[in-house]
Amino acid sequence: MIGRDLLGIEDLERADLERILETAERMQEVGLRDVKKVPTLRGRTIVNLFFESSTRTRTSFEIAGKRLSADVVNFSPSSSSLKKEESILDTARVLDAMAPDAVVVRHAVAGVPKRIADVLGAPVINAGDGAHEHPTQALLDLLTVLQEKGRIDGLTVAIVGDILHSRVARSNIYGFTKMGAEVRVAGPPPMIPAAVETLGVKAFSSLREALDGADVVMMLRIQRERLAGAYVPSIREYSATFGLDRVKLRYAKDDAIVMHPGPVNRGVEIAHDLADGRPSVILDQVRNGVALRMAVLYLLAGRRSPAQEG
Amino acid sequence: MRNVVRPSARSDPDRSAAVATAPERVVLDDTAIRRALVRIAHEIVERNDDLARLYLVAIPNGGVPLARQLADNLREIAGLELPVGVLDTTLYRDDLAGSGERPPLRRTEMPSAVDDRVVVLVDDVANTGRTIRAAMDALMDFGRPRGVQVVALVDRGHRELPIRIDFVGKNIPTHAREHVVLRGRTGGLEGPLEVVVASAPERGVSA
Repeated sequence: MIGRDLLGIEDLERADLERILETAERMQEVGLRDVKKVPTLRGRTIVNLFFESSTRTRTSFEIAGKRLSADVVNFSPSSSSLKKEESILDTARVLDAMAPDAVVVRHAVAGVPKRIADVLGAPVINAGDGAHEHPTQALLDLLTVLQEKGRIDGLTVAIVGDILHSRVARSNIYGFTKMGAEVRVAGPPPMIPAAVETLGVKAFSSLREALDGADVVMMLRIQRERLAGAYVPSIREYSATFGLDRVKLRYAKDDAIVMHPGPVNRGVEIAHDLADGRPSVILDQVRNGVALRMAVLYLLAGRRSPAQEG
Repeated sequence: MRNVVRPSARSDPDRSAAVATAPERVVLDDTAIRRALVRIAHEIVERNDDLARLYLVAIPNGGVPLARQLADNLREIAGLELPVGVLDTTLYRDDLAGSGERPPLRRTEMPSAVDDRVVVLVDDVANTGRTIRAAMDALMDFGRPRGVQVVALVDRGHRELPIRIDFVGKNIPTHAREHVVLRGRTGGLEGPLEVVVASAPERGVSA
């Protein structure tokens, strides 16, 4: 059963994932109406607590909350004054005293949403913590694949890029394996975690082998600062070896779709002409993100831990 | 309120067994339901001047097979080809404030605009009037209907809001603790239907 918080896909069971996805499918209908608003969370307050800036994810949560009639407050403390854990938790306690019904947290350090959830009465939704998890991204990716392919069970999903530093990869590995897909990861060997196969995936150092027969190709955003030196020699070499273009995509199934969590480094991990339109579904992912976050807020906002109930 | 249920009651593994053994009686069988829907179709024709404006909108899940049947009946007796929509009321419920688990959402499909249409809401069981209130709020988000009328196959009558049911299949006085369910005799809501009253201490399905 879904708990009070959404901290990671690792904590969820397949039935939880299915319930969230089904709720999100229903929420999509609201987004197609002229009046894209329902009164469900009227009078409730959602705080977007973003220690690490992210306009896209924050906006997606904000629109989702507003479509459900919640009051959404954005709180982005400057990260410089909040490096110490004590001050992070102090901030969280101050926020909690204002009685929000859900707090959406993003932080550059893994585990911070969990630490905040431990001191908060309100449900905490992890919007990305370090290289740990980004559960709503994985859920919107699952939703996108489900709608494109009609199922997830039995599909082959290739995740390509910097697996080591990617919370998107980690959450998607948990999500797709729990839903019955075969997950492959590929990237430069220094960017593949040593124990990745214990997560139930197959690791490849060849893009061609990883793509062979894949139904879904998920390209990760590469951090440019990691491209000089320690992990790979140069952007040019990374792009030539692990960048995706229409020629390399032929290794995958004919009807394979291409995904990317955004923002895309055009010409680096994905060729310019591949980022726009079919078989890329990048904008569908963004569209589905709003419905998916509406579903998560519907299922969680206002549910306080038993100890906090009057 | 009917949804104040301890979480443990919902996950009670004996629950299905308890419901199965609870005394229940069939108050409307498939034939009676069909007859009621033919009569209601005639009443709808009788009470509306501008039949082309009618728009049947089902409240899921129980309202869906009933609205389809009504549409068939209206085609036969008046030659009408009416749109049939499905409108989930869950996001408009007035009892979502608690900290319990959220109810599942059901599919909404509104194939035509509601502006200037006379919308006939179709529900299986009317009771407190809260579902109809929620349905009317939902409907207004889709536009400005010229009028709204309500069909209920069964009216239990424990009204808590000033809501009138225009077309009733059968009035069935019940205790608040009983629950009244429209169900398919072979499971789901396909095939022959029946309405049963069960005296279960659990929450009702769609009062």
